[in-house]
Amino acid sequence: MMREKSLVEDIDRSIYDIRDEEKDAYRMEAGLTPEIIEKLSKEKGDPVWMQQFRLQALQIYNEMEIPNWGPSIEGLDMDHIATYVRPNTKMQNDWKNVPQDIKDTFDRLGIPQAERKSLAGVGAQYDSELVYHNVREEVAAEGVVYTDMESAMKGEYADMVRKYFMKLVTPRDHKFAALHGAVWSGGSFVYVPKGVHLSIPLQSYFRLNAKGAGQFEHTLIIVDEGASLHFIEGCSAPKYNVANLHAGCVELYVKKNAKLRYSTIENWSKNMYNLNTKRALVEENGVIEWVSGSFGSHVGCLYPMSVLKGDNSRTEFTGVTFAGKGQNLDTGAKVVHVGKNTSSYMNTRSISKSGGISTFRSSVVVEKSAQGAKSSVSCQSLMLDSESRSDTIPAMDIRTRNASVGHEAKIGSISNEAIFYLMSRGMSEEDARALIVSGFADNVSKELPVEYAVEMNNLIRLEMKGSIG
Amino acid sequence: MKQNALLEVKNLHVSAEDETEILHGVNLTLGHDETHVLMGPNGTGKSTLGYAITGNPNYTVTEGQILFDGEDITGLPVNERAKKGIFLSFQNPLEVPGVTLSAFIRTSLEQKTGSRLRLWDFKKKLAETMKLLNMDEAYAERDLNVGFSGGEKKKAEILQMLMLEPKLAILDETDSGLDVDAVRTVSNGVRLFKERCHGSLLIITHSTRILEALQVDETHVMENGVIVREGDASLVEEINEHGFGKLSEDR
Repeated sequence: MMREKSLVEDIDRSIYDIRDEEKDAYRMEAGLTPEIIEKLSKEKGDPVWMQQFRLQALQIYNEMEIPNWGPSIEGLDMDHIATYVRPNTKMQNDWKNVPQDIKDTFDRLGIPQAERKSLAGVGAQYDSELVYHNVREEVAAEGVVYTDMESAMKGEYADMVRKYFMKLVTPRDHKFAALHGAVWSGGSFVYVPKGVHLSIPLQSYFRLNAKGAGQFEHTLIIVDEGASLHFIEGCSAPKYNVANLHAGCVELYVKKNAKLRYSTIENWSKNMYNLNTKRALVEENGVIEWVSGSFGSHVGCLYPMSVLKGDNSRTEFTGVTFAGKGQNLDTGAKVVHVGKNTSSYMNTRSISKSGGISTFRSSVVVEKSAQGAKSSVSCQSLMLDSESRSDTIPAMDIRTRNASVGHEAKIGSISNEAIFYLMSRGMSEEDARALIVSGFADNVSKELPVEYAVEMNNLIRLEMKGSIG
Repeated sequence: MKQNALLEVKNLHVSAEDETEILHGVNLTLGHDETHVLMGPNGTGKSTLGYAITGNPNYTVTEGQILFDGEDITGLPVNERAKKGIFLSFQNPLEVPGVTLSAFIRTSLEQKTGSRLRLWDFKKKLAETMKLLNMDEAYAERDLNVGFSGGEKKKAEILQMLMLEPKLAILDETDSGLDVDAVRTVSNGVRLFKERCHGSLLIITHSTRILEALQVDETHVMENGVIVREGDASLVEEINEHGFGKLSEDR
């Protein structure tokens, strides 16, 4: 259970905001030059192609402008962000061998317990590298590969990594994708072979510890034909006064008749710039389901994209975003219908409180080839006070008449009658509000495994503390 | 003045949000384990009295007092009053998406008792009580009042009353808009409340159907924000036969 302390304004993050003494074996100089990238590449033991890839990406990064839309990222000074911090340990596959301070951090976050309970495998990333990685034997026996990106790049699956790495999200996508290509470090590689159905989820947990450090983990998942997987990603970072940057990249390949559910509960500390890029390519009859909870970060830009390439492929996006004081969370989803009879469904909720800004962007593109495509977008917003802000920005680009596209948006606030009703049975106003807000976000909590749903509801309760008056 | 009254409403003046005075000095006393009926034409302030006793912040007490178990509760917030044992069955219960009926009742009970309930015991009692009210058990896991019919909403209110076991339950037209069977079920639930909890009831109603299975101790008639007449159970019958018109003429 989460410890509780009462704070007047901000939420109680005491469980996340415990900063460990920095004991890094190695810390890069701040700023970015080809020399730094070469040094980094050497340090990581990259294959030659990867070193070249990084240098090209750096060049693109230096050429590209920062996107001219979305929330301001002026507070982010790239010249002063050390891009790579390697924890003081080598990869471990036995929890015993992980150094105590890192272990304490993960213990506080409950990771190994979660693994012991119900999860098939855990990859825990501390700063830029995976420190602990384990896949249950029965999962490994089915041929499922779950490893860190560095090992994957050098080992048995090197060709597969090379074939898929940053092909879906290329460094030309945007400036931060280019940055990612240049400095990426850590992350997970998952391959589920044909016809293998994983009934228990795989999970990874990212955590950022060093101040002013960026985290650029890369996640590459390939679910082969007829296979299925649920992957859970959780993120958290302690709080520092220096701006932190997260520019991760997630590439998901869902093959014919395959199914992937990708769940994220993101709770970065509130000085984080979370500029993350996630994308899925779905083949014939394939299904990608995104379940996304965004609670943390100072500024967040996150728009998972699904490319429905194969006929009859589908995507569902279920999301909740909670923007509190000082937060500007710009979230949404994008879908491109290419194949025939493809369908997309987005169902999102956004909550804003104490001056928080929550923006939902949806983008639906239906190509001419996507005959019989169906798309439905529904966004509901809840504003908890008059100083908060909530916007819905839908975009549609439909290039065939033979498509059905719907969009619905609702913005509301909590009615006093509902509060009175709940309070009339003995609940405090704070509890009544928390209950209503948790209920509002139940589109996501219903889709999560129970321990994550509980964590999410705890987060909402903490966010709602001190919200009265 | 009754000895050891449960509820004493003294010279109560209540205004709505737009500062219009609705109640102009209501007096009403209700003892332990008693059943009172509050009647009167539409728009005379019966529901307002229910809200004022419950503590709805939209209604302001400008003068007078509400005593509960001898304690002045006039300034207490609604949830504190609920914990002391005041319950209002809403005329139009609100829909609360994402909160199940079962979770709502459990949370309320835990608030009241200040301790965690054993899930097993709770579920068992809830299932039994729902059965007594002819409620499908599936409703326990449905979102509070969402998609419930009028009758189901009222039954859900009675279910909450039976589970929370208040000292005083105010039923605000719980029987209105229900078919004969539903009224019978609700009425049985109310009788059960008397038998099990020996709580007091203040029943706001237009009809006598809900009262058939109950022993009424006192009847109050309200018109234009004041109690104009009080009597025993026979007053209910008299009003049913002659309507409020006769009363007004008597005055």
